[in-house]
Amino acid sequence: MAVDLVVAVDLVVNTKNLATINSNRNESILPVIEIKDAVKRYGMGDNSIYALAGVNLRIVPGEYVAIMGPSGSGKSTLMNMMGCLDIMTSGSYFLDGIEVSKLDENALAVVRGHKIGFIFQSFNLIPRTNALLNVELPMAYQGIKKEERKSRAIKALEIVGLSDRLSHDPSELSGGQQQRVAVARALATRPALLLADEPTGALDSKSTADLLDLFDQINAAGRTVVLITHENEVANRAKRVVHMRDGKIISDEINEVSIK
Amino acid sequence: MNFLEMFRFAFGGLSTNKTRTSLTTLGIAIGVASVIILIAVGNGSSLAIQKSIDRLGTNTITILGNRGGFGGGRAAAARAVSSQPLTIGDAVSLNDSIKAPDIKQAAPVVSTNVTCSNGANTSTPGTFDGTWPSWFEASNTSIKVGNFFSNDDVTNGHRVAVIGNTTATDLFPGQNPIGQTISCSGVKFTVIGLTNLKGSNGFQDGDSLVVAPITVVQRSITGFSNINSILVQAKSASVQNNAQTEINTIIDARHRIKNVNNRDYRTLNQASLLATSSSNSAVFTTLLGVVAAISLLVGGIGITNIMLVTVIERTREIGIRKAIGAPKRAILSQFIIEATFLSLFGGVIGVLGGFLGSHFTIVGVKPVVVPSSVLLAFGVSVLIGLFFGGYPASRAAALRPIEALRYE
Repeated sequence: MAVDLVVAVDLVVNTKNLATINSNRNESILPVIEIKDAVKRYGMGDNSIYALAGVNLRIVPGEYVAIMGPSGSGKSTLMNMMGCLDIMTSGSYFLDGIEVSKLDENALAVVRGHKIGFIFQSFNLIPRTNALLNVELPMAYQGIKKEERKSRAIKALEIVGLSDRLSHDPSELSGGQQQRVAVARALATRPALLLADEPTGALDSKSTADLLDLFDQINAAGRTVVLITHENEVANRAKRVVHMRDGKIISDEINEVSIK
Repeated sequence: MNFLEMFRFAFGGLSTNKTRTSLTTLGIAIGVASVIILIAVGNGSSLAIQKSIDRLGTNTITILGNRGGFGGGRAAAARAVSSQPLTIGDAVSLNDSIKAPDIKQAAPVVSTNVTCSNGANTSTPGTFDGTWPSWFEASNTSIKVGNFFSNDDVTNGHRVAVIGNTTATDLFPGQNPIGQTISCSGVKFTVIGLTNLKGSNGFQDGDSLVVAPITVVQRSITGFSNINSILVQAKSASVQNNAQTEINTIIDARHRIKNVNNRDYRTLNQASLLATSSSNSAVFTTLLGVVAAISLLVGGIGITNIMLVTVIERTREIGIRKAIGAPKRAILSQFIIEATFLSLFGGVIGVLGGFLGSHFTIVGVKPVVVPSSVLLAFGVSVLIGLFFGGYPASRAAALRPIEALRYE
């Protein structure tokens, strides 16, 4: 209920700003993400449900975007599309200049490994595998040599402040620490894009604050960050906030609070 | 992503559930071990039969008349134009160094079934033969204690007998049988010799034996009718075929056989006995092998089952791996390596178990491991791992990351 209210208010404000934001954006920069007319339909014929009903989204390097919206608004579906975890029914998706909507499964695996760092709400670390090996894993799939992989993983874990937890299994880490391992895993591959699906959804407020600080740092270092959230506190850190509803983007605005 | 890495992932998967891993391994191990042991038992028994047939001598030929003997002669007798029984005269004519240069000696044999006793102890020898002293050499029988009977015993009809070990134990438990008297079908014989152990030829106990002079057996028990068989010893195994031809020539002439397909006698040599018993034991071995193969197959199904469960249980993990960039073949190899390792490890344990189990005597047979059965069982177990593990693995690898991640 509260969320709906917020969205309703946002709706009024944002529709006004939409045109200005889009015109302000530099069209000559190669976007990290360019989604055109994305449609995701479940079911057939009359029973079909549109999770995405024609979404257009352009994100340029260095942006920090929060996607908000109520349950069923299609934000998670959009996120899964961007992360190449799911395929769209129609539309096109360019990731870092590559049209991934036309790639086969093997090429998609390469894109997932090289271009995207994905952070999940439920962390999704490999169980019974220590933090260092978890961070090394995507690099292992890319065929990066053991020594380089290890040094990069150690560096990534240092950045997230877990250099003293290298040999801990996920079950021996707190939620906040697990999520930071997941961030390290996403960062270590040096992706073009960091995608986070409700990264703070399972964390307490202290861990949430730490994680958001981490995202700020990552973005400040030039990395593009896109996250999904329910919480205004989280969205407020982003430089740009996109609201979705019923499979469509209903607002897309520069976040004044964050810019300040 | 190198090979070593995939191995590490696979072992990680296996070590997560040690109980399940070891049970699956056990299934394959039992399959492999039973293939090896059962085939070894089959092989061992056929070797044992061959050995005892070898011990009987490979250069002997048995001539069987159509009356009596091993039976089965009636059909042949009906076909024969004039059927004549074997006689002592036939045996005498074979002991002819000019007409039959490849025959060392021939001994007529009268066989009967009687029960022998010594007081309260009784024994029914599997073989009760009346014959000539040359029988002992021809049949490869040697004396352990005492003596063979002599030509003089035959000529004069002395009531003496040579007995085998089984008969001796039956009639004289714990005693020296030499010089003692046994009563067979009411006729008293003095035991003058005890033969060395002959063992079983697979059909009967070669040590359940009483041999006496042919004259005594004919006079006292069977009557002076015909003889059952003639035991012929060729000069060596290599001239056995020549000896066979000479037998046919001499006996055909004596029995006036015009058509060789209508002979009124048959010859059996050790080579043909050997062939029969080998084919029998081959059937036996095949049956055992089939039973064992089924248990190996069941082990393989166990691997499929376990791999399916593993894949389902780890669907989420597969989703995570795919989401962070694991290519299809990496997932596929991980699970195939797991399955192959399970079967490989099970196979190795099974081979060890098979060799160990083959050291024990099983139902009276000393198993002899057939090397090809080891290779076969091991190879099949590994292939089973590959094929049966491949199906769940390809299912896992084909999952879309989002489907796998949503799986709970």
